[in-house]
Formats: sequence, C-alpha cells, structure tokens
Amino acid sequence: MELVCPAGSLPALKAAVNSGADAVYLGFKDETNARHFSGLNFRQTKVQAAIEYAKSQGVKLFIAVNTYPQPDNWCKWQTAVDNAAELGVDALICADVGVLDYATRKYPDLNLHLSVQGSGTNSAALSFYQRNFNIRRAVLPRVLSLKQVRQVASKSPVDLEVFAFGSLCIMAEGRCYLSSYLTDQSPNTCGACSPAQYVRWQETETGLESRLNDVLIDRYQAHEKAGYPTLCKGRFDVDGKIYNAMEEPTSLNTIELLPQLDEIGIKAVKIEGRQRSPAYVEQVVSVWRQALDSYQQAPGNFLIKPSWSKALAKVSEGSQTTLGAYSRSWQ
Amino acid sequence: MAMKLSLGPILFFWPKQKIYDFYEQTLDTSVDIIYLGETVCSKRRELRTEEWLDLARHLAESGKEVIISTLALLMSESELSTLRRICQHTDLCIEANDVAAINILAEKKLPFICGPSTNIYNANTLSFMHKQGAKRWVMPVELSGHCLESILQQARQEGFADQIETEVFGYGHLPLAYSARCFTARYQNLPKDNCQFKCLDYPEGVLMKSQEQQTLFNINGIQTQSANIYNLIGQLPKMQGMGVNVFRISPRSEGTVQLVERFRRSLEGQRNEIPLQDDSCNGYWFGKPGMDQVTQLGQSAISSSREAN
Repeated sequence: MELVCPAGSLPALKAAVNSGADAVYLGFKDETNARHFSGLNFRQTKVQAAIEYAKSQGVKLFIAVNTYPQPDNWCKWQTAVDNAAELGVDALICADVGVLDYATRKYPDLNLHLSVQGSGTNSAALSFYQRNFNIRRAVLPRVLSLKQVRQVASKSPVDLEVFAFGSLCIMAEGRCYLSSYLTDQSPNTCGACSPAQYVRWQETETGLESRLNDVLIDRYQAHEKAGYPTLCKGRFDVDGKIYNAMEEPTSLNTIELLPQLDEIGIKAVKIEGRQRSPAYVEQVVSVWRQALDSYQQAPGNFLIKPSWSKALAKVSEGSQTTLGAYSRSWQ
Repeated sequence: MAMKLSLGPILFFWPKQKIYDFYEQTLDTSVDIIYLGETVCSKRRELRTEEWLDLARHLAESGKEVIISTLALLMSESELSTLRRICQHTDLCIEANDVAAINILAEKKLPFICGPSTNIYNANTLSFMHKQGAKRWVMPVELSGHCLESILQQARQEGFADQIETEVFGYGHLPLAYSARCFTARYQNLPKDNCQFKCLDYPEGVLMKSQEQQTLFNINGIQTQSANIYNLIGQLPKMQGMGVNVFRISPRSEGTVQLVERFRRSLEGQRNEIPLQDDSCNGYWFGKPGMDQVTQLGQSAISSSREAN
C-alpha cells in the first residue's frame, strides 16, 4: 500500500519525503485546494522545488485542485490545472465535474484522482468519474464503515485510497456547508472550514470562549483543554443538554485496520494534515512507514507497537483517536 | 414562462398516514411540481419503495408534474440496489441527489433532474450534466444569486440555457450536511443500528442551539439542517427576471399547504408577502453567511446572531 502524505510547505514536504512517504500531496497558494489557509501551500516556483526534491528521492508528487470553482473565478482553477500539467505531476486530485472535464479534454494523459471532496461513496458514482474522466484512483470519504469500504472495493472500477490518520471530518466531504452557514466560506467554495479569520478567543468569568463569526462554539473551564473551534466539534445545547452534539475533538487513527485494508485491496492510505507543522508530518509519517514495513514483512503477524500509538496520540486532536465511521458503533 | 412552484421531498421522517394525508392535501393546492421519496436515510421505511412509486403515479393523475427523489448519501450495496430498482421505472422522472443516480440514468439515456446535493457550482459542470441528460438542476443552497446569474449568463452564451430548467431552493430548513453518524440517535444515546426510529418523534427535527441560546442547526438523523428557515420570498421578482424556472418550497411539519398559496399569491404580484421573521435567514442568496438576514433593500446585513427570546 502506498503511503500518501501531506505537505503545506517545503519543510513539511521534505519531512514527509525523508520520513518514508511514497507520495506527497500539496496545493497551490489559493482557493483551488481544500486547505486554503494563510501561510500555507505553494507558489508555482516553490512547487518546482518540491517536485525536484520529491523526484530526486523517488517519491511521487500529487497536486490537489479539489474545490469547486464558481463562475467569476473559473480561470483560477483552469490555471491551476494547466500549471499542474506543465509541472508534470504524478497525479492531479480533483472534485468538480467541470474541472475534471477540462483536465481530461486538454490533458488526456494526465493521471487523475477523484478527491475526497468529490463525494464518491459508492461504486456507481465512481463508475461515473471513471467512464467520463478516466480517473485512475478515488479517495473515499470518511463516512463508510469497513464493511462498506469492502463492498465499494469489490465493485470499484478504479484503485481506492482511504484516510488513515488525521483530523476527522464527520460529514460526507464535498457535501457539508456548515462552515458557510456560519461564515461565508466553505470547503467547497473557498477551501476553508471554520476559517481562522472568523475565530475569536475570549477569557470570560464563565470560562475561555471560542467563537466563530461571533457564534459561541465552546466554553472551556480551567481544567479543560481548549481546541480549535472547528464548528462540528463544539459543545451545543440540544433541549437543555449541553454536549458535543456532533463530535468530540478527536483524530482518526486506523493503524489497527491496516491488515484488513490491505486484504480488501486498498491501494493507498492517506495522512491528513497539510495545515500541520513539519514536526507533525515527520512524526506521523515515520510511524506509518514503520507500521507498513512491519506489516509487509510479516502480514500474518501484525502487531501495533505501543510506541506508535503513543507518538500518534501526542499529535491527535484532544489527544484522543477514533476509528470514526469505519467502526459501526461510532456511527 | 411564469415561474413554477415546487414542493421538495419531505426531509423528515413522518408516519405513513401523515405522509399520505400531506400529499392528498397538496393535490388541492396550486403547486405545480411535487418531488417525493426518501432522500435522507434508507432506514426510514414507513413507505416501501413500491409504495412511494405507487403514490407518485397516483399524484401524477392530477396533472401535476411528479418527480421521484432519491437518496443523497449512498453508502451500501443495498442502497445502491434500491436506487437501481427505482431507475427502472422509466415512466417516472427522477431527481438524482448523488452522482450514482446520474450515472445509472445517463447510461440508460433517460432524462433526470440534478438535485441540490449534486454540486453544480459553475456553467462548465452544468453544461456537462446537461449533456448527460439533465433537464433541470437545483442550485447548491450555498451559492449566491449573483453566482446563479453568472452561470445562467454563460449558459445563454453557450446556447444551452433554454434546454435546461433552473430551480432554486427558496423556502425551508436548509439541508447543510450529511454524515455516516446519526445525530438524532446520538442525542438519544442510541447506536445508529438500534436507533428505534427516533426521528419519528421529531416531525421537524431537533433544534441545536449555542450555549447562549442562539439557534444554529436542526438535527434530522444523518442530515444537519439550518435551524432557521431560509426564505427567499423577497427575491421572487428578481428570480423571474433572471430566468429561474422553479421555486422550491421544502415541506414543514405544519402549514405547508397554506405556505404554497401565500407564495402563489406573491408570485401573482399580490402584496401578500410572507415577511422575514426573526427566525428566518437569506444570507446565502446575497453571498453572505447563510444564517444572516439581509433586509429587502439588500443594503445592510444583520447577523442572525441575536439571541432567541
């Protein structure tokens, strides 16, 4: 299985490559990708350096152009596709049908992957993208149970990549507008969820408050650890009961599913976190490299080393991890 | 052509009798198009697939246009096979809410409608879907009127605007997200696999507020909606001018029939508008946060962050 790793900067890319990534994915410095955060991502010149470094180490480079262009800024997505194609990337990761159509017609030999933002959760949807755009791989949204992943894999016309580790999106990706309901930006339109410029922290008599566009997302007591106010991970009031009505701050960790994912025929596992530091990338990628190598050496005797779990817990949201939708009980 | 009024699929889980009663009542209204079928959760089976199809045929006898709406989030092989079965009924037109349905119908060369969750954000995508067989599309709810205007303008330039109809989700709780997790079951401390069909207890969802009592979201099983009602009644003349063909009203637990007639009167130019209430929003249409309420003049936006009560 291929280990696909995130890079939000050149140092992060180098960390991923040096720690054992098989492929690294990144985005341009604009809203054409789903991690459009200030200070992140690559200008054209930096991408060149990134590609050269990755290639020199035998690592593949993917570029994500995986948000949804709107009529007034269509050109930006077109330019992003052109630039990625000219750079000779190993794969272009897209979601929008218009963008996929443009890429297929203009660059018929370009290796296209369906982004998780494309919401391809079943074999019939994947057939649509394969039939029309000749995609070679699809990244599955984080909504399927392991049994459902197996079903999709058995009928999928293309290779599958699944999320292995990182922040947990609990909604079907590409189908969530919660962020634009509270702010004016969503992952689909702007590549941003709960954007930082709308975040406000405030010490009050009742505790530390986190707000998103003035909406109170959570309130922390002195003994509680505060997290970034991703809106689906806040504590809300439902009929007088205050709790994490959608999800707790937690990260996805599927390391224990490695043997099953391989047996199902999953071709690649993806680490989330282009917005995270080079140190995070190094830590997570090294652990997963070790886990994959250890599995490859003795598939029938795969054991999770305590040091791996400890290292991953350290970089997890709320210091806890979950199997997310892969496990039926989470749902 | 005058703009038509449609009733979107019922997004909530209602008892069988309530569903039948609801649709009998809609026959007496001036609504032009009725969408029906389960779009949110495949565990909701008060009506079996065949019963939905029978109901659709019965409603179609009235002369109204009747469309079968399909599931938005297809995660299992059984959900896919139900979809395939529905798509075999070639006498009924289908609203695709997932690319899976588009794939099946396009291969059969049948016309279809692209529902609001099919992610058509630009004219290039719209053109592609048109070539696949889409005869109507519903704009994603988070897009603005300005975006719509630009998309339609490009469609006119490319010469396919008059071959595909445009529908706008104009009234109701906005469908904002879908998840594998059932938030109603979570609220009830039940696992999804043993949800006891708790959604039946909440005919218009469960309100989620901030800790400051600001209304935020509406829990509807695996779907998260806006707590506030999206209401674009003030935009009817503008939409007519832009060439929007259909205005969608999303059914509420009570009073939907009366709503249809009030929208009809408003369409006919009678000054009988449903005013924007404190609990309604229209921000998306103006390119602002969806929860915002923009005044009719479109001058100033006030955030709906006012506390309830």
